[in-house]
Amino acid sequence: MKSHKSESLFNWSILGPAMVNSIKKLDPRHQIKNPVMFVVLIGSIFTTGLYAQAILGKGEAPAGFILAISLWLWFTVIFANFAEAMAEGRGRAQAESLRKARKDTQAKKLLNYVDGSCKIKREISLISAAILRKGDVVLAEAGDFIPMDGEIVEGVASVDESAITGESAPVIREFGGDRSAVTGGTRVLSDWIVVKISVNPGETFLDHMIAMVEGAKRQKTPNEIALSILLAVFTIIFLLATVTLLPFSIYSVNTAGQGVPITVTVLVALLVCLIPTTIGGLLSAIGIAGMDRMIQANVIATSGRAVEAAGDVDVLLLDKTGTITFGNRQAVAFIPARGVTVEALADAAQISSLSDETPEGRSIVILAKEKYGIRGRKIHELNIKFVPFTAQTRMSGVDFGDGRAIRKGAVDAVEAYVAKSGGSFPEDLKKSIESISKTGGTPLVVAEHKNVLGVIHLKDIVKGGIKERFEELRRMGIKTVMITGDNPMTAAAIAAEAGMDDFLAQATPETKLKYIRDMQAGGRLVAMTGDGTNDAPALAQADVAVAMNTGTQAAKEAGNMVDLDSNPTKLIEIVEIGKQLLMTRGSLTTFSIANDISKYFAIIPAAFVGTYPVLGALNIMKLATPSSAILSAVIFNALIIIFLIPLALRGVPYRPMPASKLLRNNLLIYGLGGIITPFIGIKVIDMILVALHLV
Amino acid sequence: MNWNNLVQVTIYLGILLLCVKPLGIYMAKIYEGKPAGINVWFASFEKWIYKISGVNPETGMVWKEYAVAMMLFNIIGIFVVYILQRVQAYLPLNPMRMPGVPFDLSFNTAISFATNTNWQAYGGETTLSYLTQMVGLTVQNFVSAATGMAILVALIRGFVQKQVETIGNFWVDLVRSTLYILIPLSLVLAVILVTQGVVQTFKPYSETSLLQISKDKDGKDIFGQTIPLGPAASQIAIKQLGTNGGGFFNVNSAHPFENPTALANFLEMLSILLIAAALCYTFGYMVKDRRQGWAFIAAMMIIFVPCLLGIIAYEQKGNPKILNLGVDQSAVVFQNGGNMEGKEARLGIVNSSIWAAATTAASNGSVNSMHDSYMPLSGLIPMWLIQIGEVVFGGVGSGLYGMIMFAIVAVFISGLMIGRTPEFLGKKIEAYEMKMASICILIPPMLVLFGTAIAVVLPQGLAGILNPGPHGFSEILYAFSSAGNNNGSAFAGLNVNTIFYNLTLGIAMFFARYWLAIPTLAIAGSLSKKKIIPVSQGTLPTHTPLFIVFLVMIVLIVGALTFFPALALGPIVEHLMM
Repeated sequence: MKSHKSESLFNWSILGPAMVNSIKKLDPRHQIKNPVMFVVLIGSIFTTGLYAQAILGKGEAPAGFILAISLWLWFTVIFANFAEAMAEGRGRAQAESLRKARKDTQAKKLLNYVDGSCKIKREISLISAAILRKGDVVLAEAGDFIPMDGEIVEGVASVDESAITGESAPVIREFGGDRSAVTGGTRVLSDWIVVKISVNPGETFLDHMIAMVEGAKRQKTPNEIALSILLAVFTIIFLLATVTLLPFSIYSVNTAGQGVPITVTVLVALLVCLIPTTIGGLLSAIGIAGMDRMIQANVIATSGRAVEAAGDVDVLLLDKTGTITFGNRQAVAFIPARGVTVEALADAAQISSLSDETPEGRSIVILAKEKYGIRGRKIHELNIKFVPFTAQTRMSGVDFGDGRAIRKGAVDAVEAYVAKSGGSFPEDLKKSIESISKTGGTPLVVAEHKNVLGVIHLKDIVKGGIKERFEELRRMGIKTVMITGDNPMTAAAIAAEAGMDDFLAQATPETKLKYIRDMQAGGRLVAMTGDGTNDAPALAQADVAVAMNTGTQAAKEAGNMVDLDSNPTKLIEIVEIGKQLLMTRGSLTTFSIANDISKYFAIIPAAFVGTYPVLGALNIMKLATPSSAILSAVIFNALIIIFLIPLALRGVPYRPMPASKLLRNNLLIYGLGGIITPFIGIKVIDMILVALHLV
Repeated sequence: MNWNNLVQVTIYLGILLLCVKPLGIYMAKIYEGKPAGINVWFASFEKWIYKISGVNPETGMVWKEYAVAMMLFNIIGIFVVYILQRVQAYLPLNPMRMPGVPFDLSFNTAISFATNTNWQAYGGETTLSYLTQMVGLTVQNFVSAATGMAILVALIRGFVQKQVETIGNFWVDLVRSTLYILIPLSLVLAVILVTQGVVQTFKPYSETSLLQISKDKDGKDIFGQTIPLGPAASQIAIKQLGTNGGGFFNVNSAHPFENPTALANFLEMLSILLIAAALCYTFGYMVKDRRQGWAFIAAMMIIFVPCLLGIIAYEQKGNPKILNLGVDQSAVVFQNGGNMEGKEARLGIVNSSIWAAATTAASNGSVNSMHDSYMPLSGLIPMWLIQIGEVVFGGVGSGLYGMIMFAIVAVFISGLMIGRTPEFLGKKIEAYEMKMASICILIPPMLVLFGTAIAVVLPQGLAGILNPGPHGFSEILYAFSSAGNNNGSAFAGLNVNTIFYNLTLGIAMFFARYWLAIPTLAIAGSLSKKKIIPVSQGTLPTHTPLFIVFLVMIVLIVGALTFFPALALGPIVEHLMM
C-alpha cells in the first residue's frame, strides 16, 4: 500500500483562497441550501438593521451591544463558510495535481478505420484531444499520451500509468481480454495501440473525479438528507421556543410590574446559540472532506452515495486469485513414493521443470534448490529434450538422450502413462494425493518411465497479513466471501486458511450475480471488487463496486468506484472512510445539541433577571453581567466552529469494535463532552471580556 | 418522603409490572388472531359485525387507506358527539332536563373525546344528559382508545412484515381492540368499582337534607343538597383503562362517587398505566424481540420513577410559607403532613402524587387532586411529563408509537455515531422515516408554545386567568400542554369554558392527535415495504442499557430544551419566589 499524501491543514495556498471564498459564500442563494446557516444569516442581517436603528437613537438596547452581537453572528456564518471553503480548497489542490496529468494532447485520429486495418494502412489526422468524440478511433505510438479513456481495438503496448496511479512500473495493455482499457492522460512507452474512444470530453474518468472533489457535482447523500431534516426540525423547535418568548416576556413584565420585555437582539442571539450551528456549519465540509479522503486513498468514487454506502457494507466479495492468494500455485513439498528418496524425487522434479516457464514450474525448481540444495542445471548440458505440456497429454517433462524419460502431470494422466509402460500406481501415494486434494492443494505426480517417483504438492499461497485484515472486517460486522473458479473442496480449504466466512466455488458471472442478488434480497449490502469484463454484471449489481484501474472499461463503468492502486483489499479502507464520514456527522450533531444546555443557563437568566430578579439563581456559571453572558454564549458558538474544522476535515477516528462500545465511547466524548465544554468555554470568554473591559 | 410513601410506590409499580407480561401476551395474541379464549368464544359475533358492516376482514389496507378509514371513523365520531350535545334537550335519558350545549363547548367536547384527550371544559353533572354521557362520551372513550391501539398495531406490523404493501385492516384492529381488550377489562373493573360504591344508576339526582344548616353567599340558610348520580362506574372503568380521563363528575376522581375507597383508588391508578405499559410487551412479543419491549418499559420507568418520587418529595415537604407561620407540616402517625391543599384528606399525599404522575405520564388526564395547588416544582413535573410528548406510557397505543418516533430519532443519531446507516429492528431508517418522525416530534411543542403565546397576549386569553403572576402563566401553559399532547388534565384555576379557549384548545387537540397519527401510519407503510436487515456485529443493539439511556436522553433533551424558557417563566420563577 502506498503512503497517502495528506495535506497539512495550515497550508497558506489553501487558507488564503478559502478566506476569500468564505466571504463570497455569503450569497443568500448559496446559504439557502443550508437552512441552519440561512437562519443565522437572516439573524445577522436583522441585527445589523437593529444596530442602524440604535445609532439613530431609537435602539432597543445599547448600540455597542447590538453591534457586538451582530458582528459575532456574521462571524458565525463566515466561519461556517470558511470550513466549507477549506474542504473545497483541499479537494481542489488534490484535483489540481491530477489535472496536471491532463495536458492538451494532440490525438492521432485514424480516418476510415476498419478493424485490424492499422497494420496495413494508416490515414492519420492530427487533431486536439478536446474535440474527440465517443467512437472515434485514435492511434497511440511510443511516446504519445493516450488522449482519452478508451478500449484497445488493435495492438499491444506498455503504458506508463504513473500519472494516475503513482506506480512507476509500466503495465501492458493489449487488445482483447481483461487488460484492454486505457485511461486518458497515460503515456505509451513502447509499441503502438489503436484505441476506440469510449467517452465524450468532460465525461472522462479524470473529469468526473475533478468535478466530484470541487463539489460542483456533489449531491446530498441519503443520510445527509435525513440529517438535514433532523437539523431543520431542531431549528424549527428552537425557533418556536425563542419566538414565543417575546409574548411570554411581555406577559411576565406586565404581571411582575418590572423590567422590560426581552429585546429582539437577545432573542436572535438565543436562537442562533440554540440551533445546531456547529453541525450545520460543518456539514458540507464533512461531506467534501470525505471525498478528499477517498482521493487520498487513491480511490475515485463516482458518487457520494457510494462512499456513504461503503460504511454500511455487510458482505464483501473478493476474488481469490490475486487478492487472497498470490496469482499462482506454488510447490510446497515433495512426497516420495515408497522406496524412493525425497532427494531423488526432488531431483527428477527439478530436471523435468527446468524448461517449464510457468510459475508452477519455476516454483518447483526453487523449492528443490532451497530445500534440498539441488542446483538448477542448464538444459543443454544434460543433453535432454523438453516435452512441453499439451492439452492432449496433460503432462510435461523431459526425454534424455539415453531413452530415459521423466513426466509430471495430473494424477489420472500419469496413471495412464505408467500403465501404458506396464507399471502400476503405488497405493500408498493415493492416500497422500487424497490428503493434498482435501486441503485445497493440487497434486502433481512425477514418474520416470513406469515408476512413479512421488508427488509434488502445489498449493495456493495465501497472502501474508490478509487473515488479520479479514479479522478486522469481522469485528466491523462485515462478512467476507471468496469467489473462485476452483472446485468446492479446494475453495473451502483456502477460504478456511485465509479466515474467510464463506466462499463461492466454481463461480461464473451468472452465479456471482445470483449470489449478490440473494444476499441483497436478505437485506444485506454487498461490496465487491472486480477487474474483468465478466465481473461487470456482478459489479453493476453490487451496492459498492470497486473496479480496479487495471481492469477493463466495462468493469470500470459497472462499478461506482475505481481504485487507482488496483489493490483489492482497498475496500477495507473504503469502508473505514465511509464509516468515518457518518460518525463525524453523528458526533458533531450530538455535540451541537448537547451544547444547548449551557447556553440556556447563560442566556435565560440574563434575559429575564430584570423582570424576575430571582431567576439570577439560574446563572450557575456566575457570568458577570447579562450582556456579557449573552455575548459570551454567542462568541463561544462562533468560535467552536473554527475549533472543530480540523475534526470535520480529518474525521472522527474509526477503530473496529462492536457497535455498542463504539457508541458508548463516542457518546462520552461528544455527548458528555458537548455538555461540559461550553460551560467552561463560555465562562472563560466571559472572564476575558470582563478583563478586557469590553462589557 | 418517608418509608410509608416508598412502600406504597413499590407496591403500585410492582403490581403494574406483574400485569405487563400476561396482558401483553394476551393482547399480542388478539392482534395476531391467535386463539386467546374470548376471541374464540366470540369469533362468530366478530364475523357477524364484519358481515353487517360490509367489511372483509381478510383485505389488507395500504397505509393511505388505513389512514382514510381511521380519519373517516373519527370525524364521524366527532360529528355525532357534537350533534348529540346540541340536541340533548330533545332526546331521552335526560332526567335533569339539561339544555342543549353551546356550539363552542360542544365543538371542544366532541374533539376532546374523539381524540382521547378528554379535556373537560364542561362540568359533567351540570351540563350533559345521561344519554350524551353514555352514547356520546362513553362510546368515544372506547373507540378513541381503540383507534390509538389500532395505529400502534399497524406500526408494529411495519416492523414485522417484509416487503409488504399493506399494514392490516383498520376495522379489524378497531373491533378487536374494543371487543376483546377494552370491553372485557372495563367490565371487570366496573363491577369491582360498583362493589366499592361507585354509582351506576339511571335515577335522577337525589335530594337530601343537610345535617348542619349552611349559608349561601347571600347569607340565606341552606337546608338541602342535590347529590348528582348517574351511570358512572361504566364510564369510569373505561376512562381509566383507555387513558381517556374524562370524569363523570366535574371533580373527576376526587369525587367520592367516582373514587370511594382505597381499593377503588388503587385499581383506578393501576388502570391508568395498565394497557399502555402492557402494550410495550405486546410490541416486543409481536416483533419477536421481547427485550425490545422491556427496553421501552425501562426507558419509560427511568423517566417516570424519578418524576413520581420528585412529586412526592416536594409535596411531602410542604409549603415553606406555611412553615414560616410556625405550622408543623411533617408526617406523623395520624397526620399526613405536607402540602394538603387541593387534595382529598382520605387519599393523602402519596396517592395523590402517584395519580398525578401516572395521569400526566400516560395521557389520561383524570385527577384525584388539583394539580393547580401543588407546590411549584411538583406542579412543574406533571406539566413537563405532558410536554415531553406523552411518551412515558402515554395514551394507549399513542404513547408507545410516540416513543417509537423518539426511538427512530435516537436510532438515527446513534447510527450515525457508529458509522452505519441507522436501522431499527432490522428496518433501515432513511430520510422518509426521519421526515415523518420529525413531524410527530415537532407538532405538539408547536401547538403548545403557539397556543400559549396567543393566549397570553390576547385579552380573551388573559380573561380566563384567576391567579395573576407566574402562576397564571403556568395555568395557561398547562392548558395548552394538556390539549397539545392529548392529555386532558387541567391545572384548574383557569376558566376555559369560553369561546376563545374552547376553540383554540379544540383545534390544538385535533391536530395533536391526527397530525401525529397520520405520519405514524405513513412510517408503518414505508417500513412494511422494506427488507429486514439481518443482525451482525456491526448492528447496534437497541435493547441494551446504553441505548435505553440514550433514548431517555433524547426524550429529555428535546423536552427540556423546548420548554425550559417557558417553564423558567412559570413554575421555576414561582419556586424561586417562594
